[in-house]
Amino acid sequence: MNHMTEEELIAYREGEASQRAEIAGHLADCKECRAEMDRIDAVLAALDTLRVPDPGADYGRRVWQQIAPRLAERPMRWWQTWLEPRRLGALGGVAALIITAFIIGRITKPVGKGDNIATTEQVRERVLVVAVGEHLGRSEMMLVELSNAEPGASKPKQINISSEQRRAEDLLEENRLYRQTASEAGDAGLASVLDELERVLLDVAHSPDKVTPAQFEAIQKKIEAQGILFKVRVVKKDLQQRQEAAKPTPAQNDSKNRERNKA
Amino acid sequence: MNRMQQSVESAQAIAASDAIAVERTLAGDRDAFRVLVERHSPNVFRLAYRMTGNRHDAEEVVQEAFLRSYQKLGQFAARANFGTWVYRIAANYAIDRMRQRRKEDSRRQEPGVEREDGMENNPLDQVHDPAPTPERLTQSLELRKQMEAALAALSHSERTAFVMRHWEGCGIEEIAAVLKSNSGAAKNTVFRAVQKLRQALQPFVERGPQARAMGTES
Repeated sequence: MNHMTEEELIAYREGEASQRAEIAGHLADCKECRAEMDRIDAVLAALDTLRVPDPGADYGRRVWQQIAPRLAERPMRWWQTWLEPRRLGALGGVAALIITAFIIGRITKPVGKGDNIATTEQVRERVLVVAVGEHLGRSEMMLVELSNAEPGASKPKQINISSEQRRAEDLLEENRLYRQTASEAGDAGLASVLDELERVLLDVAHSPDKVTPAQFEAIQKKIEAQGILFKVRVVKKDLQQRQEAAKPTPAQNDSKNRERNKA
Repeated sequence: MNRMQQSVESAQAIAASDAIAVERTLAGDRDAFRVLVERHSPNVFRLAYRMTGNRHDAEEVVQEAFLRSYQKLGQFAARANFGTWVYRIAANYAIDRMRQRRKEDSRRQEPGVEREDGMENNPLDQVHDPAPTPERLTQSLELRKQMEAALAALSHSERTAFVMRHWEGCGIEEIAAVLKSNSGAAKNTVFRAVQKLRQALQPFVERGPQARAMGTES
């Protein structure tokens, strides 16, 4: 058996290794791996000496005294949480977007005799198409910047990707919302690409603030290997076409629109 | 009856008692929530202190965790373990607090070792040895300083993952839920944290083995 990697030893030490018996057997036989494990143990044992101050026997009582005046008379039931100002704000934002889209639709498309009045579903889809298109554009920009970035001639020991992380975190929230909406709307293709994008965004958001050039390269390779940029571009293009197709012309009737959407 | 059985039964009794307290709180009995606060505060404080590294922030995290859990108690009703739930709320809030603290620190351009509560500021308070020699004391204090710096240098996710896994014994799934990631990514984060701590601390640990023998209570 080859020597254990640091990752395997740490996983074993933290109780996460899958082949515990094999690793234990190897450690019993291999002096080098045992010495390596001892060094890991020594660092973790040193960390265990860090003290947590005792908050005192009456700590719970003190916490209660501090929070009791701030508690409402009764906790909210699950449906009441939807009436929180934060949630109401978000719901208001979505409602405003839908209303704006509807008004724009009415202004840009005068209702004539032969025209079709957009149904709520069509408006919803149009809003989703526009919003997701913009979201994919922003995601693409972030991924392109990350993929094309070079550590530079000075070869720094660490590369700061904290700004990309923050952008990825923001995009992640939006992405979840759009993925769920696409999934509920039965758009499996879009939901699947958004799901893949979410994983990449998660990886970026949960990377360390500063990475070594090797780690940075690994992130770039991961983006490349999953072909996510290509998929994002294809879907974005498709959404643009759907947006174009959704624009009604006087000569077109509803059935023609549907045919184009399908295409 | 052996000790393990006793501890399992005791945990089950606490969970059952928590469930009753939650129901009563939802029915409008505020004193029932007091039971939950008094029972779980010390554990939540321990987690919060290890994540934030200072008492002031830890106490804020504890208060906020219980306030939020009270506000969202209606969402909890179907769940099984109040302790785990409030723990997760505290971990999430601690991450937000650490982010905010780091931003404030970088704005002030200070090294970040200054503490607000004073108690942790004095390193002598942290040493618990009946008769430390000056040399051992110096080594121990240096190691402690290095350990605190190494923990502070971890990213929020890494510190959270390490504290939850190594010190609090949380499962990978639970860590993944707090980090809003999957279990593979959570495992990697734990590994990265240990690797970084090792790189930062190994030279000091090897240099002063006796400093480790000066362990204090945890």
